[in-house]
Amino acid sequence: MRGRAGIMAEGMIQLDDFSDEEIIQLLDDAAALQDVARGERVTRPLEGRILANVFFEPSTRTRMSFEAAMKRLGGSVINMAELSSTSIAKGETLHDTIRVLDGYADIIVLRHPREGAARFADDLSIRPIINAGDGAGRHPTQTLLDLSTIRSSHGTLDVQIALVGDLRYGRTAHSLAKAMSRFGASIMLCNPKGLSMPDEVLQDLRKDGTTVKTYDTLDHVIANADVLYMTRIQRERFPDEDEYSRVAGSFRLTQADLDSAREGMIVLHPLPRVDEIDANVDGTEHAQYFEQAFHGVSTRMAILCHLLSVKGVNK
Amino acid sequence: MSLPVRRVAAIRDGTVIDHVPAGISMMVLKMLEIDGRRSNPVSLLMNVPSDKLGMKDIIKIEDRELSQHDLDRLALIAGEASVSIIRNFEVSGKRTIRMPDEFVNVASCAFTNCITFSGKEPLTHRLRVISRDPTEIRCHYCGRIQPSEGITERLG
Repeated sequence: MRGRAGIMAEGMIQLDDFSDEEIIQLLDDAAALQDVARGERVTRPLEGRILANVFFEPSTRTRMSFEAAMKRLGGSVINMAELSSTSIAKGETLHDTIRVLDGYADIIVLRHPREGAARFADDLSIRPIINAGDGAGRHPTQTLLDLSTIRSSHGTLDVQIALVGDLRYGRTAHSLAKAMSRFGASIMLCNPKGLSMPDEVLQDLRKDGTTVKTYDTLDHVIANADVLYMTRIQRERFPDEDEYSRVAGSFRLTQADLDSAREGMIVLHPLPRVDEIDANVDGTEHAQYFEQAFHGVSTRMAILCHLLSVKGVNK
Repeated sequence: MSLPVRRVAAIRDGTVIDHVPAGISMMVLKMLEIDGRRSNPVSLLMNVPSDKLGMKDIIKIEDRELSQHDLDRLALIAGEASVSIIRNFEVSGKRTIRMPDEFVNVASCAFTNCITFSGKEPLTHRLRVISRDPTEIRCHYCGRIQPSEGITERLG
């Protein structure tokens, strides 16, 4: 049962709550809304609706892309101010914040440092809650926009995807791997020592019958991937600066590395990047990370329409 | 086949917990808040041969009938156990512990970054039983699989 007192308010907390058919429908809707996301077509199905952005942690892209998505569909957005100047700083609970916002907005986008915060909010709220990241836990809209980008480029999700970088702590890589395995993809993993994919995630993938192979260097995965998904390697995971620089250097993608890439191979990154993709990759046909950021808007538009029960966006 | 041996005398009134997986009876006592300061006499048998489990533990608690709340707590660590309520040396009722679909306010999540650890939110601790064989229990909120280690420290 979702929502306070049994009032249904279906939100998006994790992709596991959605069937394969629902996910494909969302991706179809996102594709159909791309012209609206680019401003080439105007439609205002969410006019009069209000979205509340509630971010307990800093965010630029996710918060702004939700704002862009809502506004492109004719809706309005209210944002929680800096935490230091809010009632949160005065000790207000998440419980009370959500109950109050239920009265202000039609849909609530929540990012919180604690895992499970979005599920807790979803239990409380009569409005749909969208999980925009809860600690090291879930970030379903990021995964959906990644799927959207891949499907848009390759026409299918049944591809060979290589996940590169910090696969231990990166929630983006975990949920993308699980989602891709649902749709028949083969997965290559390439990570520095000590930053490999957790066993729990690997077990889930193998349970699905997904082919998962691990590689130590970038060369092999670049030559065989349809999708090269780069993630940031964080400095704080290493004992010293020298070790970090050495490892980060060997997992850095440059234009020259892409000579062996398949035609049509796309390079993705959830952004922000630091050193892991050289700027000289940006001009290649493979670089799709800025396009991926754009897909964040069209995908979130599809999610908003779905959760606010707007029909017919796929026409 | 060995002849049955009565190792401990029958109790007049109370509860007998049978088929406790061998070695975890101390954990069960802790869950039931039975320690040296309690007055109820308790008999404990460990590593008794069992057709069903190979080896099992048995606990006999005098003058205390376990409540449903006690049983729910027990299901988290000894789901296979059977419970008999004894009145005047006779079994007055048998209860087989069944693992519920969800443990509500029985134990808290094991992961310290879960919202349930915030300490200030008015929430219900909910652990959902995903699978009974093999046992897989996940926190309703963060979705993390709950390890059996340290479970007694997390009981509510």
